[in-house]
Amino acid sequence: MKKYESFPVSPVEKKRRRKRERQAALITSPYLLWMIIFTLIPMIFVVYYAFTDATGAFTINNVKGLLGLEKETQNVIQSGTFIRLDFVKIFWRSMWYGAVATVVCLLIAYPVAYFVSQMRENRQQIIITLVMLPMWMNFILRTYALMKMLEDTGIINTAFTKLGLPVIHMINTPFAVILGMVYNFLPYMVLPIYSVMSKMDYSLIEAAQDLGCNRMRVFTKVILPLSMGGVVSGITMVFVPSVSTFYISQKLGGGTNEMIGDVIERTFLTETNYNVGAAISLVLMILIFICMAVMNRFSEDESQGGSIIV
Amino acid sequence: MKTFSKIYMITVFLFLYAPIMVMVVFSFNGINSTGLFQGFSFRWYEELFQNRAVLNALKNSLILAVLSSLISTVLGTLAAVGINRMRHSWIKGPTMMLTDIPMMNPDIVTGISMMLLFVFVGKFVLGGNSIMGFWSLLIAHTTFNLPYVIMSILPKLRQMDPKLTEAAMDLGCTPAKAFVKVVLPFISSGVIAGMMMAFTLSLDDFVISYFVNGSNFQTLPILIYAMTKKRVRPTINALSTIIFTVVLILLIITNAVQSRGEKKNIKKKGIRQ
Repeated sequence: MKKYESFPVSPVEKKRRRKRERQAALITSPYLLWMIIFTLIPMIFVVYYAFTDATGAFTINNVKGLLGLEKETQNVIQSGTFIRLDFVKIFWRSMWYGAVATVVCLLIAYPVAYFVSQMRENRQQIIITLVMLPMWMNFILRTYALMKMLEDTGIINTAFTKLGLPVIHMINTPFAVILGMVYNFLPYMVLPIYSVMSKMDYSLIEAAQDLGCNRMRVFTKVILPLSMGGVVSGITMVFVPSVSTFYISQKLGGGTNEMIGDVIERTFLTETNYNVGAAISLVLMILIFICMAVMNRFSEDESQGGSIIV
Repeated sequence: MKTFSKIYMITVFLFLYAPIMVMVVFSFNGINSTGLFQGFSFRWYEELFQNRAVLNALKNSLILAVLSSLISTVLGTLAAVGINRMRHSWIKGPTMMLTDIPMMNPDIVTGISMMLLFVFVGKFVLGGNSIMGFWSLLIAHTTFNLPYVIMSILPKLRQMDPKLTEAAMDLGCTPAKAFVKVVLPFISSGVIAGMMMAFTLSLDDFVISYFVNGSNFQTLPILIYAMTKKRVRPTINALSTIIFTVVLILLIITNAVQSRGEKKNIKKKGIRQ
């Protein structure tokens, strides 16, 4: 772009460019208008509701209540019967479950992506289609199917009883919730890693081998750094829906493993307390953005480190 | 190593497909049980096809997917062309940021933020008339589709030489004609990919729809959610089996068409494998 600007520009060309910019802005404007009304303004609404009370007056009690700084939130005073939730604990649990599910997905998906990228070309396409196929079924159906399997009277435990083994209680445990996340979002981790690996320049790996790297070093010095981009976008694609889920934790966690998504859903739809709900959503959003920023920072460092070595 | 990778892949696929396969098998169950299989029957399929709500929800979902993918493709294509043309404009940065918001935000936050807007509009602009239902769903679906459409068209536009459009205009095309004759054919694969992606995203969405839907317009994912909330009938297994089969057939067809297209291309160019 700098090169483009450094040329001396004739007034005619300048006029032409200005016209071009005007045209570009004109055809983008319907989209821009749409996004301002239906994306930006709703975000402003979230912030507005988060910092006001039911009467519309400014307050920071909603956010304070979440952080445990305020003993009683507006919410409790109004509904009376509502049991005060330990929001910090629920936030922490959501982040923790999401992180564990993401790591498990990464550990399972990375070898899958690698093995697939080593296959013959036409076979790669078939396998990747098979990885994607469950994704095209609604996640509610998938979660429901998993729930039915894990139940005490489900097919696994029925088989165990038939074999004379004791029933293993799996449903409504943290294990079931994390399993549900891994099951639902595993393809989101496989696809970006695979797409980076399939485009990887194989001659780099050969070069490393020729220069005397063993398998392990080829992996840590060549394959892993080159696939970092896919790993980072995979982590984002699994972590964000995992942390913010509400259906998976309801169905597989019972009432005991409540996550932040459940609280948001309940606060908005059952209690219709938009102010507290908006405050929780805002905090969730900020927490996720912080996580993503840290992630991106990390991956940038990684690639910069790589370029310095080269 | 070879055998290890094979065993590994089979284990992962078992994990991915076991719950679905269990549902498929139990959709033919003679009794209402999730653990025991007794006798083969089609009774749950019969019950499903007598359920008018399911067929109605399917129809609603398809209408919504077609309309929202069309609107988002038109708006998104224009926007992508505009964004690609911008060089020094101060609008470019904010536009890209707005495009990123729905993609980065968790679905639940997008859902509740739109719900707040629609509730507000219903209360204070329309005087208590709710727009929750078809219109709110159409707007929400179009909004979350748009970034994906733009993201699938922009790379195509970047590959294109801007001189092509200029040449067409020098040869007497109006900007609109140059767009239809030159730009659109060049980016058509990106446009179609974006539209198909929008269609499936819309058809599959639950979280955002859940927060902006009304009682008079139910989509299939919302209906499925309602079905799993109440005392569940095994008809849901039959429904899953049908959805799975349809998706499977569609994917086989697309794959076949794609590989045939590739073969044709190879023949045309005279390249031998």
